Amino acid sequence: MNEAEVSAWVKAAGEAFSAAADLESLKEARLAHAGDKSPIALASRSLGSLPANQKASVGKIIGEAKASIAAALERATAALEREQDERVLRDEVVDITLPASRSHKGGLHPITIIKNEISDFFIEQGFSVAEGPELESGWLNFDALNIPADHPARTMQDTFFIEPVESGLVLRTHTSPVQIRTMLQNDPPIYVICPGRTFRADELDATHSPVFHQVEGLVIDKGITMAHLKGTLDNFARHMFGADVTTRLRPSFFPFTEPSAEVDIFFNGRWIEWGGCGMVNPRVLATCGIDTDIYSGFAFGMGLERTLMVRHGITDMHDIVEGDLRFTRQFGVGL
Amino acid sequence: MRAPLSWIKEFVEIPDSITAEEISDGLIRVGFEVEEVIKQGSDLTGPLVFAKVLTIEELTEFKKPVRYVGLDCGEAATRYVICGATNFAVGDLIVAALPGAVLPGDFAIAARETYGKTSNGMICSARELGLGDDHSGIMTFAQGTVKIGDDAIEGLMINDVIFDVSINPDRGYALSIRGLAREIAASLNLKFTDPVDALRNLTFAETGKGVTAKIADPSTASVFYLRTLTNFDPRATTPLWMRRRIEKMGMRSISLVVDITNYVMLELGQPLHAFDKAKIKGGLTIKRAGKAQPFTTLDGQIRQLHPDDLMVCDDEQPLALAGTMGGAFSEISETTTEIALEAVRFDPVCIAKNSRRHKLSSEASRRLERSVDPSLAEFASARFVQLLTEHSSAEHVSTVVDGAPRYAPLLMLDPAYISRILGLEIAPAKIAELLRAVGCDVDEKNFEVDPPSWRWDLLTPADLAEEVARMIGYDAIPSVLPPRPVHASLTSTQKRRRAVATMLAARGLAEVQTFPFTNQETIDFMGFVGERAATYKIANPMSEEFPLMRVHLVPGLIEVAARNISRGAQDFAIFEMGSIFRSSQKLTDGKFPEIGLRPSSQVIDEIYASVPPQGFHVAGLLVGKVENEDWQGAARSYGWQDAIAAASDILDLCHLQWSIARSEFAPWHPGRCAELIVDGKPVAHAGELHPRIIAKYGLPARSAAFAVALSALPDSPRVRPTTVGTMPAALQDVALIVNEKVAAGDVEAALRAGAGDLLESIRLFDRYDKLGDGKISLAFSLVFRAPDRTLTGPEVAAMRESAVAAAAKATGAVLRTV
Repeated sequence: MNEAEVSAWVKAAGEAFSAAADLESLKEARLAHAGDKSPIALASRSLGSLPANQKASVGKIIGEAKASIAAALERATAALEREQDERVLRDEVVDITLPASRSHKGGLHPITIIKNEISDFFIEQGFSVAEGPELESGWLNFDALNIPADHPARTMQDTFFIEPVESGLVLRTHTSPVQIRTMLQNDPPIYVICPGRTFRADELDATHSPVFHQVEGLVIDKGITMAHLKGTLDNFARHMFGADVTTRLRPSFFPFTEPSAEVDIFFNGRWIEWGGCGMVNPRVLATCGIDTDIYSGFAFGMGLERTLMVRHGITDMHDIVEGDLRFTRQFGVGL
Repeated sequence: MRAPLSWIKEFVEIPDSITAEEISDGLIRVGFEVEEVIKQGSDLTGPLVFAKVLTIEELTEFKKPVRYVGLDCGEAATRYVICGATNFAVGDLIVAALPGAVLPGDFAIAARETYGKTSNGMICSARELGLGDDHSGIMTFAQGTVKIGDDAIEGLMINDVIFDVSINPDRGYALSIRGLAREIAASLNLKFTDPVDALRNLTFAETGKGVTAKIADPSTASVFYLRTLTNFDPRATTPLWMRRRIEKMGMRSISLVVDITNYVMLELGQPLHAFDKAKIKGGLTIKRAGKAQPFTTLDGQIRQLHPDDLMVCDDEQPLALAGTMGGAFSEISETTTEIALEAVRFDPVCIAKNSRRHKLSSEASRRLERSVDPSLAEFASARFVQLLTEHSSAEHVSTVVDGAPRYAPLLMLDPAYISRILGLEIAPAKIAELLRAVGCDVDEKNFEVDPPSWRWDLLTPADLAEEVARMIGYDAIPSVLPPRPVHASLTSTQKRRRAVATMLAARGLAEVQTFPFTNQETIDFMGFVGERAATYKIANPMSEEFPLMRVHLVPGLIEVAARNISRGAQDFAIFEMGSIFRSSQKLTDGKFPEIGLRPSSQVIDEIYASVPPQGFHVAGLLVGKVENEDWQGAARSYGWQDAIAAASDILDLCHLQWSIARSEFAPWHPGRCAELIVDGKPVAHAGELHPRIIAKYGLPARSAAFAVALSALPDSPRVRPTTVGTMPAALQDVALIVNEKVAAGDVEAALRAGAGDLLESIRLFDRYDKLGDGKISLAFSLVFRAPDRTLTGPEVAAMRESAVAAAAKATGAVLRTV
């Protein structure tokens, strides 16, 4: 046995380990080059029979050779194990295009979503969200808003009355009674919006529904002007319809505001009537016990269905009221 | 309200450089919505001529009437045309389109062979000329009103622009050419001539005794002009220009007398009514009908009068439904020679009530209920006399007046108020100028404003603010954000509702919104009884099918589910949030205090108390499979437990402690309904729908529903979390055999009580019902943990034994040995 012989063993072992294509053939190579019957093992076992003066030098050579072989084996084993792991992962590939979700698609009604969106916008401006009953006192729905008993709006053609009619109860025709309730129950300053469901005796068709929703806004404070109304509406319109939208106020008539205006928006290339607004009629303020020498205010109101239809290009009211899942599910929890 | 430009131009100097669009924009700017600008004649070219019918040959071999008509068109030879209309006779004057003419709709007229004849033109109807919708026959003209062969485009004054304007209820004065002309002039800064100026000094000779006029109750009318005329020849015809103006306004020409009443009303805004004087017994009095009685209006309808109806009566009977419609008896007829012309400034409310009680909205009532210029009773009736005497043989006999016009009071205005409300600095002189533009007299020294006679709506400084804003233009007002209040947020109730809706949406429920109407049949079928069945009835429902307010959300959800199923949906879950209307209190008479002053707090409380409470609920309906079945395999169906889970998760979301109890409650399956209880009050129900309901509406078997009374839930307590223990947990499973009637919840409660304070959690992980003998096995997993040490084996065993012992005592449970 000489040094060259040992080197050859180490080299042969390294080559055999590298050549092993899988862990099985590596095991065979290990037995042949590092096993009990391998040349290096036999040489190691024969060390004891060497003369004392050779033991140390040969022992060192054999020891180093054994370490080299062991290292080569470890490297080869690690490489082959990694390869095998990768193969298993490759074999486990799946068709990720199989439909994964089997749960029903839920969602909020678009009216709820737009109501939330509007509420959030105004809350950020410091407004509160006020609510009131849908079955409402006729005085709060009409008289207190300066709509006298003989006003055309109070006829059976427009308003749903509750039996007995002497009860004076109606299904509110607008969310304005919430404004009255707010003013009766709170001292100014008042900054509120009133979203909610309203009722008018209109037949259901593509653009009308006997049950619909409004959002109204009311601000009562010192020094409130029609310029503030305009600023608020401009801001609101930009939020709802985008920064490019233009608004226009047109003189109009509502018993509860003076001056009154219609608010139009220029959207998708045409003027669209969006809602009504004006400075709260001093008679309404006085009815609610608000000192008109100190306070003034504005109010506005628009239909949620109309806003939704204009903004999202919905052409048929039936889609909004029928509860067809194919419609609602398109909205998720946001618009 | 229509406004032909040709008529407007009579009172406003409009230069030709101003376009129809500019006039339309001007109207919009001052508050008049222009619904349509009709450019009449823009799509019509001649030759169009007046002609006389010379011969009519009826061609009878066709399915519909066809006439071969010989016309004198002012040409050398008779012109023959085919005509399908039959409303004319030989000698009638008509209008004919000759070959080469192009009618609206790009309809070119040419000589053509038809019905075996040569047709050399066409006899025209109003609609064919684009003059209106009247297609009942061809246009015919009274003798002497047109000249044969004349150009009819000019003769009929076809080329015109007509503005169709919608008028707000506070602007009754604008239901007239006078009113709209004034607005156009003011908006475009043009010169306006008030047609009334020419009438102020008209006087008529008193030649005899006329019919007397009387207002019985001054609150029903302020001024009554009654003008008597005689020597009228009923063969008199309406001049063509007047007929055409009436037609351009969308009305029909009837007879000279009626046409003049309409013409004056359209021009000035004052409705007039002409009576056949020969039918009047004694004088005319404006008074209430007094008693119910039949009355025939001139549309031929027999109406039952209400005692409160305001009437114009003679000494014997009512002759007209005041301000609304005349009576058939005293109507102008073909034999009328003496006329009594009534012009009254009626109280708007009286006329509104007349009109509403009889569901009769006429041109007259529309104006009178919006308030008419009180000075017009005199001037409009004078205009009638002027026109009738000019165009007929009629002569004025006498004018009788009762009452006097009442005008809106003077107003004191602080000009600074206008700037303060508009948010725009406007000099007092400018304010005065703008108010004058709308007809006010303004004394600039002390700013005393006298509204014009036609503006009964200008009663407060706020009304004047609107006029100033209108005239200066709303565009002039700047856009400024109001001062920002300090802080706001949703209320806890509002936040809770949003959280619940979002949770349900996230777990696959789609929100729907249904009309809150129902009917007795549905209420009964659902099985609602007592207070849960009592609701409010709508006096005038949309449909007699749904006259009641809903008492529960689930029936509406069932309707929506059935609709979706009919459209092909199978497996889905829906929910709704909204008010329900259970009539828990007897309705009292409504309180209607005067406005303009805050009612006393007692009255306000009474108003609030008169509105019954309306619960706010959330409900859901679970139909078909829990999930979509797909390549992963089958899915189980929704069942009662899913409904209970949804309801209890809502309560958990609100941090509310709840207990559960079996309940027999409509509309649920009596054996499969749970009641969830918070603070001793039932607040939610959930389970399988009653099979009877499932069958009727065609829902899949075992469909489940839940309903939670959100408005009955208490506020959520502040969360006080327990410290999370980090010592090792000891897990113990126990299987207990109990009678199948024993509720798992009771067993769990007993285990929990017996296990002691160191029990961290307990969970039922198995239920086995195949033991037979009326027994079932319930297996629970218990987790014990001490905050400060590792529990020893003997300690855990003792707690487990104590738990089992408690369950045995409470429910007869026996530890199952394997």
